Amino acid sequence: MSSSDQLPRVYVARSIPPHGMARLRERCHVIAPEGDEAPTRQEFLDGARGMDALFVFPNVKVDKELLDAAGPQLKVIATYSVGLDHIDINLCKERGVQVGYTPGVLTTATAETGISLLMATARRMGECIQAVKDGSWGTKWERSMWLAGSEIAGSVIGIVGLGRIGLAIAKRLASFEVSKIVYTGRNPRPESADPIGAEYVTFNDLLGQSDFVVIACSVNESNKGLFNAEAFKKMKKSSILINISRGAVIDQDALYEALKSGEIGAAGLDVTTPEPLPPTDPLLALPNCIVTPHVASCTVTTRNNMCDLMADNIFAGLEGRPLKTPAY
Amino acid sequence: MALRVNCAARFIARWKPRIVFSQTEKLRGAPVICNTNMSSANAPKVFVSRRIPEKAKSLIASQCNAILWEKDEPPTRAEYLEKISGIDGLFCLLTDKIDAQLLDAAGPNLRVVSTMSVGYDHVDVKECARRNISVGYTPGILTKATAELTIALLLATSRRLKEGIRAVETGEWGTWKPMWLCGQGLDGATVGVVGMGRIGYTVAQCLNPFGVARFLYAGHRNADAEAELKAEFVDIDKLYSESDFVVACCALTPETAGMFNADAFRKMKKTAVFVNSSRGGVVNQEDLIAALESGEIGAAGLDVTTPEPLPTDSPLLSLKNCVVLPHIGSATHDTREAMAVLAAENLIAGLKGEKMPSKIDD
Repeated sequence: MSSSDQLPRVYVARSIPPHGMARLRERCHVIAPEGDEAPTRQEFLDGARGMDALFVFPNVKVDKELLDAAGPQLKVIATYSVGLDHIDINLCKERGVQVGYTPGVLTTATAETGISLLMATARRMGECIQAVKDGSWGTKWERSMWLAGSEIAGSVIGIVGLGRIGLAIAKRLASFEVSKIVYTGRNPRPESADPIGAEYVTFNDLLGQSDFVVIACSVNESNKGLFNAEAFKKMKKSSILINISRGAVIDQDALYEALKSGEIGAAGLDVTTPEPLPPTDPLLALPNCIVTPHVASCTVTTRNNMCDLMADNIFAGLEGRPLKTPAY
Repeated sequence: MALRVNCAARFIARWKPRIVFSQTEKLRGAPVICNTNMSSANAPKVFVSRRIPEKAKSLIASQCNAILWEKDEPPTRAEYLEKISGIDGLFCLLTDKIDAQLLDAAGPNLRVVSTMSVGYDHVDVKECARRNISVGYTPGILTKATAELTIALLLATSRRLKEGIRAVETGEWGTWKPMWLCGQGLDGATVGVVGMGRIGYTVAQCLNPFGVARFLYAGHRNADAEAELKAEFVDIDKLYSESDFVVACCALTPETAGMFNADAFRKMKKTAVFVNSSRGGVVNQEDLIAALESGEIGAAGLDVTTPEPLPTDSPLLSLKNCVVLPHIGSATHDTREAMAVLAAENLIAGLKGEKMPSKIDD
């Protein structure tokens, strides 16, 4: 085994699954902070200094400050996500720093999370769990319509962004005998949509027709705040909104108002602004809003697969080969 | 403000038998809820023991002398027994105990009991048969809602939604950690369905595109499930030992009562996710608690328990790896309305001596 002086050095932003550490250690000297807590920004900047590779998470901003701190020897950055909104891709391109990410391997787990959130919101699971806990089950359940929710069968599903994840969600929901699947995005995607009979519509059409609106698009400057007060007005009063992309695509204050006033029926969010969402956020006091802590890709198999992809990307970048899954 | 119907209806029926009231027609400035038809003397007298969706209520009221319970809170047992005296038909929910005492209180005119549920373990069907009382129920139409809830519960349990929701509410959500709250995926999993009936089959059909590697099932043969989903009919022990997800979709019978006991949990995988949306009685609940506490199985999602409601100090509620929902399997607007309408149709047909759409054979 060569001495760690000769191995390329990779700084890992925080503890990663043992499988990931083992893979990286095959060919790198791995520097990772102790314990489970994330390093502060300054600690991270200090840790990145002189590294050949960086392994980052969606909450680490990869910008000029970080690239300057790392130094010109930095060859590759691997992010443990398919989202890229935390990375200045153009700058990385300019400086010849390769960027790897994890598309594909997390599609299934994320689609599953999207659907579990959709179903939990449709069936008012937050209220149900609470009713069991606080004993109101004993007093109100004899009502014939108590905690009645919405059915997926016979409903119209609207997918905003029929990419890998959006398509995976649509395919799964199709077997629930939905009435129709519509989708929107920059361009139609017949190769994905035709096999499942999904119809390409305008954004406004989707809002007007859908019983369930699922946001599965990537988020950037062009669609930040896409879901604003105007959009909520166009949605059905009974509609359910699910967001598994990025918190920034929703104007969160407008969402609160829409949920409180009954402009839309309910919302299930796995992503918010900020993350973590403070426990005092008004959204958490609403009975018709469920928030989960960004767990979309969280299955053991998926996280290990993401580690493999991340390690392969890093090795390729260090050895000057094309990355397995380059971000650009 | 609507008049409380019982007194008003009886008063009107006795004194003005030929007058017809519509749903919205005003009488002394207040809408009357129940109707009498032209020959009110002949219209059967029924008690509807809860507030039910408008469509079903209208149906009943148009054909019967309906005594409608319109309060949010259910009648006490004493109130119930008093209200049903002399009725011809009864519209009830599954939380009403229809036993000899109740049938006695109703009296000899009672000839139809219609429950707004598919389960009928709350109805003494033998006693009803003895008294020539037809019993209607609502199978088939709640399949989708219940199958969807079963899947919602499975996903909520396997993906640890309860813990996630709680972590957000308590501020335990720190910045993102790689293995925190990691759960089990359906992709590549083996799903074992105990009872491949209407609901079990629909559950399996919906789970199919999630990448399930294999469906195993036990109970009665289902050729359609085998053809469409390549579901394998196996003995229950094989289902326990090989399934990542064990889903109970069987009816509660003497054979299935308490079948999910310590022995069953021991045979299951340590990572198994157990889901029950059938009846609390198929599970030995003490054994389940022990299995969850000791890690004999991975997690459990329950829409049904023993008893119902579950007391708030039940050990099940303090387990991180257990999700309990308050028996909401059929609780969607569409399905509850359809159930109420079917129960109304059962009631009316039975009272007329016509074929009931869904009658329990004894």
